[in-house]
This record gives sequence, structure tokens and C-alpha cells, in this order.
Amino acid sequence: MHGPEIQWYVVLSALLFATGALGVMLRRSPLIILLSVEIMLNAANLLLIAFSRLHGHEDGQIFAISVMAVAASEVVVGLGLIVALGRRNVELDVDKLRTLRG
Amino acid sequence: MANFLVWVVWFGAAFACLVSALAVVTFRNPFYSALSLIGNLASLAVLFLLLSGEFVAAGQVLVYGGAVMVMFLFVIAYLGDRSEESPWSGGPSWQILGAVAAGGAVLCEVIVVVGLKAGGFLSKSSHIDRSFGSPASVGKLFLTNHLLAFEITSIVLLVAAVGGVVLGSHARRLESDARA
Repeated sequence: MHGPEIQWYVVLSALLFATGALGVMLRRSPLIILLSVEIMLNAANLLLIAFSRLHGHEDGQIFAISVMAVAASEVVVGLGLIVALGRRNVELDVDKLRTLRG
Repeated sequence: MANFLVWVVWFGAAFACLVSALAVVTFRNPFYSALSLIGNLASLAVLFLLLSGEFVAAGQVLVYGGAVMVMFLFVIAYLGDRSEESPWSGGPSWQILGAVAAGGAVLCEVIVVVGLKAGGFLSKSSHIDRSFGSPASVGKLFLTNHLLAFEITSIVLLVAAVGGVVLGSHARRLESDARA
């Protein structure tokens, strides 16, 4: 394997995942939260593909493609919710959206 | 020489990846956040190419950088300017707590990786042939060993499409009720 070994990829993926998790936990706008979830999913994808290269099996890449499809579905539903909120002129702030709480 | 070039490309892509991820989290305007997420996805595709995942890299650019991000930009443009006065939720103590938690998680992971490396678990990467990660071999795996995952993925996409339509029509009904 030319270039960096697997541990470089693991550390990069950890940093990306932490960045996405910070965005999910600390931002108010649901749009930015969805974008940060995408970053977290992509960090997991990077790790899946790196380990699939390490072991020489393509199963990790299959898993990564499935994760991509799930992420696309999640974006559809999330953006649908955000558009529904925007049409009712609700302020887009997850701290103020309390009515869905159990 | 080839090795040096791979390292240069890797560091460029990794740096772009991290900087654009930080930009996504810190920009006030969601439009700029979405644009920097496109940069993040593109640099991740470069890393996938370095790991000889050609098909996944192409899918990343087409599906994520193309379709999903265009949908994001449409919705952001539809909602209009929603730049936030105070984008961070919680007080300063929560932000410090979040930063400490994220830093601790990264530190744990680094320690585990260093330990595994010292134990020799991650040292040898297997030899692969030229067709590794090509559309043909990935497609063959999808339709033989992973047929169930393939079918489940199609059902998930169908459910998401129906959910999107239902959410959209429900919102329109609420809007017309509010007008009447």
C-alpha cells in the first residue's frame, strides 16, 4: 500500500466524526445539524473503506454504499420536516421546537 | 517518488477535509455551510480513490456532491435567509463540555490505534489485484453475496421517497388551512 497506513485514516476519521458530533450537539439550526450528521456518516464511510482496503475484501465498500443510500433517505425525510416547519413560519431553532418532546 | 506523491495528495485531501468540516460547523449562514460540505465530500472522494475504491468515489461525487447537495441548496434557497444571531445552543459551559467530550473521544481513539499498531494488528495490508473496487467487482458482490442488503436498500429508498411526498403534501394542507 503506497502512502499512509491505516492508522492515519483512523485518526482522520475520528477527527471528522468529532467535528460532526460537535456540530450536532452545539448548533441550533436543524439544517446545520443535518449537514453535521452527513459529516459523521462520511467519517464512518472513510473508515469502512480504509479497513476494506486493509483486509483486501470489498465488503466494506458495499457497506459504505448502503450507508450512502441510508444517508440520502435521511436527508429526504429531514429536509421534508424542515420545509414543513418553514411553511408554518416556525423559527428554525431546535431549542425552541419543544412540541415533539415526549 | 510515487510514495511521496501519494503522501502529498493524502495530506492535501485530509487538510481540506478537516478544514471544510470545521467550516460547515462554524458558518452562520447555512448556504456557506452546504457549500463547504461539498468541498468536504469531494476531498473524501479523493481519499476513497487513494484507497482504491473507485466506484465508491464516483458514487460519492455523483450521489452526495451532486444530488443530495443540490437538494440541500434548493431547500436553503427556498427557506430564504435564515442566518442566526446566536448559532450555538446552550450556554458557554455546554460548549466547553462538548469540546471536552469530543476531544476525549478522539484521544481515546488515538490511544487505541497506537496500541493496536504497537501490537502489530494493523501493520500488514493485504495485496489486491487491479479490479479491486471497480464497478464490475462491486456490482458482482452486490448481486451475489449481498443481495439482501441490496433489496433492503431499495425498500429504504422507497419508504423515504413516500415519506418525503407525505410530509410535503401534509405541509401544503396545513398552509391552505391557515389561509382559509
